[in-house]
Amino acid sequence: MREEMNPGVGEEKFEPRIICFFCAWCTYLAADLAGTSRMKYAPNMRIIRVMCSGRVDPQFVLDAFAKGADGVLIGGCHPGDCHYQEGNYKALRRYHLLRRVLTGMGIEEDRFRLEWISASEADRLKAVMNDMVEKVRALGPINSVPRQEVFAEEVIV
Amino acid sequence: MISENAVSAKPKVCFYWCASCGGCEEAVVDLAENILDVVEAVDIVFWPVALDFKRKDVEAMEDGEILACFVNGAVRMDEQKEMAQLLRKKSKVLVAFGSCSHLGGVPGLANLSDRQSIFDTVYLDNPTTENPDGVVPKMTHEENGRSVSLPEFYDTVRTLDQVVDVDYYLPGCAPTPKIILGAVQTLLSGNLPPKKTVLSPDVALCSECSRKDSKPEDLALIEFKRPHEVLIDEETCLLAQGIPCMGPATRAGCEAQCVNGNMPCSGCFGPTGRVKDYGGKVIAALASMVGSNDEEKIVEILDKIPDPIGTFYRYSMPSSLLRRRRMRTVGSHTN
Ligand code: SF4
Ligand code: FES
Repeated sequence: MREEMNPGVGEEKFEPRIICFFCAWCTYLAADLAGTSRMKYAPNMRIIRVMCSGRVDPQFVLDAFAKGADGVLIGGCHPGDCHYQEGNYKALRRYHLLRRVLTGMGIEEDRFRLEWISASEADRLKAVMNDMVEKVRALGPINSVPRQEVFAEEVIV
Repeated sequence: MISENAVSAKPKVCFYWCASCGGCEEAVVDLAENILDVVEAVDIVFWPVALDFKRKDVEAMEDGEILACFVNGAVRMDEQKEMAQLLRKKSKVLVAFGSCSHLGGVPGLANLSDRQSIFDTVYLDNPTTENPDGVVPKMTHEENGRSVSLPEFYDTVRTLDQVVDVDYYLPGCAPTPKIILGAVQTLLSGNLPPKKTVLSPDVALCSECSRKDSKPEDLALIEFKRPHEVLIDEETCLLAQGIPCMGPATRAGCEAQCVNGNMPCSGCFGPTGRVKDYGGKVIAALASMVGSNDEEKIVEILDKIPDPIGTFYRYSMPSSLLRRRRMRTVGSHTN
């Protein structure tokens, strides 16, 4: 067995980078609320606003991981509350299929998460974010970027 | 067939194979009498599977002397990379021929593994392998003052365009006679399409499938079935029958040969032009058809697709956004 898959585990300074796709009608507003209520949560999230969790194409998630995101969090409206009625169910179905592909590709389950967080649930958002950051921190960096560089380097003509 | 005449004015063409099964070579032969017209019009200057020209013959050519070179197979070893680079230099137009060269193909599924695990399985661990001395291939071997060498086997399988600049792609496992002839005629006509064109229509396979009229607008599947588990109706859209058919995510051009043979499309023509990750596209398409909003039920329905990676990335793992399974190490192997 060669080195660990996740070198950097246990190193103190590792700050995971987590890409969040938040629905504009709920989770994004929860993040807004968390901000205006001056709540403190882990600063590791990079939030991308989408119009609905159903807008999140699996390719967005794959792209995020390929470009070096250590985790991806999708936030949508609670079941029954989607502004477009079915978008969050679509997201849920995709999530489960994509999750299986990701774990098969060596991306651990804790790195990819789907959560229903309404506009008023800033507390819950904070708890989810903090929890996810801790779990991903424990897994260590995904190192996609150096991996992709190594991949490209070898074939540079 | 081969011009012995060095000053032939016919355009020069060559075929080469990298990590492939030989099916693409077969596809060229399958052009049957149609190949004769092609052979009439060109001079085949290099084709290891059929003609006795050597690498040194190619090396002796001028740069750009070959009009078109068709390379099939993925790049799995350094020798293939070198040949790809050499042929690139000698050819005006380099065509990635077939799924392996275009997207990585079936050999590309080896990107779920790495060199060490592949060697361990093949040379040591397979139940049918008898290798008491644990002999595994080495890149060089010395005996009696002479040394022999083998190409380096990479951890990662690559598409042709991850190794050299590619002008056009001929999709398919293998490309069908119709699209091969179409491509050859296009190239000979001198009226070249924009660089990087995939020489097959940029629409989904469903558009040319004879069953498309029975494909419902909105599907709500409560069960996915595998072809051997059911008697497949020969006229109804396969997806409507619960059989995962990759048609909606796959580029057209094959005229739905598999579906006509009553088997689902497995995606060998790869994605249409705007898709960045073929498997991601399939996930979006299939998951949307699951007919339940209940989480447990959704998982149960999706579990009926037994091997998502092998099904969605059967021909395209190296060209996917992730390219390969995460390796245990970064850079301990340089590939
Ligand atoms: S899903 Fe398959 S069977 Fe149905 S129309 Fe598309 S290609 Fe044909
Ligand atoms: S609008 Fe929020 S998930 Fe659809």
